[in-house]
Amino acid sequence: MTWAIVLAGSLGCYLLKYLGLAASPALLERPAVRRAVELVPAALLAALVVVQAFTDQQALVLDARAAGLTAAFVALLLRAPFLVVLLVAGGAAAGVHALA
Amino acid sequence: MAVGLYGAAFGAAATAAGLSVLQTCMLSLLMFTGASQFALVGVLGAGGAPLAAVASALLLGARNTLYGLRLAGPLGVRGLRRVVAAHAVIDETTAMALAAPHAAALRLSFAVTGASLFLGWNVSTLAGALGSSLLGESAQVALDAVVPAAFLALLWPRLRNSGTDRVVAAGGAVIALALSPVVPPGLQVMLAAAAVGLGFGWWRR
Repeated sequence: MTWAIVLAGSLGCYLLKYLGLAASPALLERPAVRRAVELVPAALLAALVVVQAFTDQQALVLDARAAGLTAAFVALLLRAPFLVVLLVAGGAAAGVHALA
Repeated sequence: MAVGLYGAAFGAAATAAGLSVLQTCMLSLLMFTGASQFALVGVLGAGGAPLAAVASALLLGARNTLYGLRLAGPLGVRGLRRVVAAHAVIDETTAMALAAPHAAALRLSFAVTGASLFLGWNVSTLAGALGSSLLGESAQVALDAVVPAAFLALLWPRLRNSGTDRVVAAGGAVIALALSPVVPPGLQVMLAAAAVGLGFGWWRR
């Protein structure tokens, strides 16, 4: 089953990339397409942030990941580069876990 | 450098979610779009349905279509070259290419960024997948925190640039958390994205 997910997801993602290069640029002019493509990632990424940080299976939890996310938020506010944000998040979570 | 850590984090996260090393590496080779890969293994790792895992990856991958529409004109690739170039239409290559001062530089920038990212991403994925079993408990905890932080970092430019995106992101986060206890893992992410993204888009029409 996992192989089917890996291959179907990969094929779909490739086709989405190819579609952009091959489709008529006029598609971009359609407001509905444009809005959906611009807005959906913001909602999706935000949903992924909180689900990955605050849930375990179906339970809402507050653990070391919350400390990591808070540290990442501060790092982003300070305009830290991507790599630093990841390191700070990992370091903060490991630190909190060690203390707890 | 950043792609190295991100790729290694993906390799480790994917194997922790139950994928084999080969499946993990195939995702980086064939899907080659980081956020979608993290979404797919995140949903699988949380015990989500196969369809939810694939759909999350595709919803995130749809922004590459937008990049392709922007790049199609200046890149000007046809036939087999387009088939190859399409694989490299992702966040980083688009940002680098569109920052180039003229068309020739754009094509060179796209090709160089695409090739070096592809190499770095796949090598670091393999390293992360092989290395994850060697990680101690603290490193696992750190890794668990790196994934949501990476999603936040990907979201950040949108939050900074657009008030609409801030509202959409807040809505997506609230709906996803509210649905988490009541729907199967992975589904809340899709439902939140669909409800907020499409609902808001329709309302603002």
